[in-house]
Amino acid sequence: MADEAGLAKKPKMLVILFATIVLHLTSLIILFIATCASAWRTHGDTSYDLWYDCTQINGGYKCSGNGDADWLQAVQALMVLATIFCLISFIIFLCQLFTLVKGGRFFFTAVFQILASLFVMSGAIIYTVMSPQWKNDSDTYGYAFVLAWLAFPLTLISGLIYIILRKKE
Amino acid sequence: MLSVLALTSVVLLGIASQSTALVVNTDSEKHALVGSDVRLSCSFFSWQWTSPEVSFTWHYRPDGAKDAISIFHYGGGEAYPANKGPFQNRLEFVGNPSRRDGSILIKNLDFGDNGTFTCDAKNPPDIGGHPSTIRLLVFEKVPVQAGVITGSIIGVVLGLLILVVAIYYLMRFLVARRVFSLSMSKHGKKGKGKEGSQQKQKPKVPLVFISF
Repeated sequence: MADEAGLAKKPKMLVILFATIVLHLTSLIILFIATCASAWRTHGDTSYDLWYDCTQINGGYKCSGNGDADWLQAVQALMVLATIFCLISFIIFLCQLFTLVKGGRFFFTAVFQILASLFVMSGAIIYTVMSPQWKNDSDTYGYAFVLAWLAFPLTLISGLIYIILRKKE
Repeated sequence: MLSVLALTSVVLLGIASQSTALVVNTDSEKHALVGSDVRLSCSFFSWQWTSPEVSFTWHYRPDGAKDAISIFHYGGGEAYPANKGPFQNRLEFVGNPSRRDGSILIKNLDFGDNGTFTCDAKNPPDIGGHPSTIRLLVFEKVPVQAGVITGSIIGVVLGLLILVVAIYYLMRFLVARRVFSLSMSKHGKKGKGKEGSQQKQKPKVPLVFISF
C-alpha cells in the first residue's frame, strides 16, 4: 500500500526535481548572458555597457573601453557576484541533493540563491536609476538590461522554492 | 646561382633599410589634473649613433581642430619653445637629447589644453620614421581607474563569504571535538552511534517534495 502510493508519487517528485533544476539553470544562463553581453543600452548600431561601448561598422565591431563611472563599476561587481552566487548555489544544491538527511531542507542553496537575486536586484536598480543622467535621451534599453531584470524574479522564485523543498529518501 | 644571390641581397637590403628606420616612442594617453604640470615623454630608437644634429619637434592639435600647430623645436643643441600660441611661457624642455629623450613639461594645465600632441624626432642620417602621438586629457578630478571599484567589491564579498564558511566549519569542528572529548571521558567506547545509519546503499535517484 505504502509502496504503491510511493510509486505513484515518484514521477511527480521527479517532475518537481526536474523543474527546479531547469528553473535554476535558466536563471543561471540568463545571469551569464546579462553580465557578459555588453548591450545594456543601445543607440541604433551602438551598444553600451556593461563593459564596452561597441559600434557596428561595416560588419565588424569597433569597441572602446567604458568611461570609469563609479556606479557602473558597482553594477559590474554586483552582476558578477550574482552570477557567482547563483553558480555556487547550484553546486551546493547538487551536493545537498545527495548528502542531505531525509526530510531536510535545502537552506544553504536557498540562502545563496536569494543572495544572488538581491545582488541582481541592486545592480539592475542602480543601473536604472543612474543611467538617464549619463547618456543622451535617444537611447533605448538593450536586451542585456531586460535579461538582468528578468533574472531577478527568476532567482527569487528559485530561492523561495528551495526554502519549501524537502529531501525525501 | 646568381639569381639566388641577387634575391638574398635584395632581401637583406630590405631588412637593413627597415632596421634603419627611426622609431619614436611616447605614451598613448596621458591624464592630468587641471592646474598641475604634465610631462610628455618622447624617446626614439635608432640603429645609428646619436648625432649632434638630433632634433625633436612637438606639434599640438586641439580637440576638434583640424590642423596642428608647432609648439616646440629642439635642434642644433638648442631648445626653441614657441614664443606665441597657447603654450607661451608654459613649456619647458626637460629631455636629454644625448640620451635620446625629447620630453617636454607643460605647466599649469587648463581645460583648453585637451588635445593630441605629436612628437617627431630626427637623428641624421636616420630621418625616416613615424611621428608618435599622445592624447592629453585634463580632468577636474582624477577618475577612478577602470575596474578598481569592481574588483574591490567582488574581493570583499567573496572574502567575507570564505570567512563566514571558515568560521562555521571551525565552530562545528570545535563543538564536535568538545562533544567527543566529553563522551570519551564519560564512556570511553560507546560514542559511536552515528555510523550505524550511514551504511552504504545502492545509489538511488534522490527525490524531493514540496511541503510548507
